[in-house]
Amino acid sequence: MQKVVKQRMMALNGDEAVAWAVKQSNVDVVSAYPITPQTLIVERISEFVHNGEVDMEFIKVESEHSALSACVGAAAAGARAFTATAANGLQLMFEILYITASLRLPVVMVVVNRAPSGPINIHCDHNDTMGARDSGWIQIYTEDAQEAYDSTIQAFKISENPEVLLPTMVTLDGFFISHTLQNVSLLPDEVVHEFLGVRKVPKIKVPEIHGDKEVPLMLNPRYPLTFGPLDLFDYYFEHKRQQIEAMMRAYKVIEEVHREYAEISGRSYGDGFIEPYRIDDADVVVVGLGSTMGTTKTIVDELREEGKKVGSIRVRVFRPFPRERLKKVLCNFDAVGVLDRGISFGHYGQLYTDLCATLYGVKDAPAMIDFVYGLGGRDMPPKLLKKIFEEVLEARVKGPEPVFRIKGVR
Amino acid sequence: MSKRGWQEIPIAGIPFLESTEYHTGDWKVFRPVIDEQKCVKCGNCWMFCPDSAIEWDGESVPKPNYKYCKGCGICAEECPAKAIEMVR
Amino acid sequence: MLEIRWHGRGGQGVWSASILLATAAIRTGKYAQSFPEFGPERTGAPVQAYNRIDDKPIVIHSNIYEPDIVIVIDPTLLENAKAILSGIEPGGHLLVNTPESPDQIRKKLEVPEGVRVWTVDATTIALEEMGRAITNTPMLGALLKAVPVVPLDAIKTVVRERWPGEVGEKNIRAIERALKEVKSG
Repeated sequence: MQKVVKQRMMALNGDEAVAWAVKQSNVDVVSAYPITPQTLIVERISEFVHNGEVDMEFIKVESEHSALSACVGAAAAGARAFTATAANGLQLMFEILYITASLRLPVVMVVVNRAPSGPINIHCDHNDTMGARDSGWIQIYTEDAQEAYDSTIQAFKISENPEVLLPTMVTLDGFFISHTLQNVSLLPDEVVHEFLGVRKVPKIKVPEIHGDKEVPLMLNPRYPLTFGPLDLFDYYFEHKRQQIEAMMRAYKVIEEVHREYAEISGRSYGDGFIEPYRIDDADVVVVGLGSTMGTTKTIVDELREEGKKVGSIRVRVFRPFPRERLKKVLCNFDAVGVLDRGISFGHYGQLYTDLCATLYGVKDAPAMIDFVYGLGGRDMPPKLLKKIFEEVLEARVKGPEPVFRIKGVR
Repeated sequence: MSKRGWQEIPIAGIPFLESTEYHTGDWKVFRPVIDEQKCVKCGNCWMFCPDSAIEWDGESVPKPNYKYCKGCGICAEECPAKAIEMVR
Repeated sequence: MLEIRWHGRGGQGVWSASILLATAAIRTGKYAQSFPEFGPERTGAPVQAYNRIDDKPIVIHSNIYEPDIVIVIDPTLLENAKAILSGIEPGGHLLVNTPESPDQIRKKLEVPEGVRVWTVDATTIALEEMGRAITNTPMLGALLKAVPVVPLDAIKTVVRERWPGEVGEKNIRAIERALKEVKSG
């Protein structure tokens, strides 16, 4: 086991923490579009570039659609590429999200979770990245600025693993993390360099075109390859099957990268997929994503002091969904409250529906209630969270009905 | 031949055959035939062919490659010597 | 854990003050948060900023509803006593930039029993020491007197980093004066 390295404690907000992670990650190309709702992330990165602190190409483009397209081109040419966006910006990238994933390009994107318009809103909400849930990106939802920093570095290593080769989206809650300054421990530059290395382009065989020679999977005039041309019903499905399998292989890689990083940094987030908190003898738990789950820990502590057996589980990796882990752990409880900062109109919150699918037909599955909260940046006050725990405790006796409850709305 | 499965083709949407394996020439109804007597070897047909389906060494009479020629007739239209006839 | 709410007007630097305070706290080995009122900045409109400071890692990410300390850096905001006093409980501190005495402020705002009131004429200090009515940094000095959250030297270090040279020194003089001149009642 490696020794935990000495680190520098800084006072950074979530955006700045991500910018530092990118600075240390030997990124070759950053492309971004500077408009609201853009974030401080690319502003800080552009300062690093301007000051000559990094050897990086910063491409200013005319839209978010182009920002991700530029990353696609750069990554296809073998570069380590990064971009950042939020809310409507992510929505404008929608077409290219699918293309990035299907061309198996290990682009890393940090998304500051903000509510999609309209009406116009710039505050925290998970509906932006939930909309991108099915695009083929790995999704990691972080709880604070420290984790945003750690996860951004891990994302490059996960994405570039030849077993995976899928893009990763790291998200942080708008304002609650992005604009909140806190303690952030930074690894030394050389430690991050060693952890990530230079991006290695995998080699593939295409016998009909390049004979027995293994050629780099990139745009290279010496060994020409075409990325993603017309692919109709004859082979498109096979390419999708490859993506499905790559996501399945990502489980192991995400876990390994998380463990390897923990050995260097001394920081871990559960097993990398789910972060349980005081669940060992719990009767009920609350499950959720993002910064709210930090506040939830303080409420668990308070209720424990009152003698109530409660706990919490934060889902860190949302795609690939940690279904086996959750299936195993959730059956230990009588009732589960699910916190959704997003809503699929006409149905439930996204985390709740995924958990229902996970637990369907499972013996001893818990009673489960969906609590939709915090849309458009509406705060989750500790008092409301406490009330939610009370309702989940009550469901042990009264049952989960109604299973759909909207909290904090007038 | 049975089609290949997901484990037998390259990832990332990389085609495993060259585009020349795709014989687009069987689409056509009319094919261009060049009259060697009338041809002035200007290369217009070679230059205008949208599918690069006319082969030319720069000196002799150009030759349509019927494997790829879709029969659009642009070469016949552009030929200044009226040396190309579209034949059914 | 100590929770602080800053009241000012957009552009007066309450967020900056809370960043300086959190940075100084983090430098001295503590854990801290600094965040603005979650909204777009509007110059001149009443705005708030927040701090949490603790000896152990802070995991809470909600807004602050029951601050231990409320700091008002612009006296014109005292018109809205309800917003200023919101959530403050006995044992808490109210720090106000005003030439008036703590007793006058207590009566004017009907500050609840048990809340300690501190006043300092930060505007005059700022005008005399810096030539501009920038009251966020002097209020940091007043805070250190009321509740010594961080050592004065830690504040001086971050102020000098933020404004190297003469500007930083002027700010530090204002901070030191406010620390001396703040009165409690």
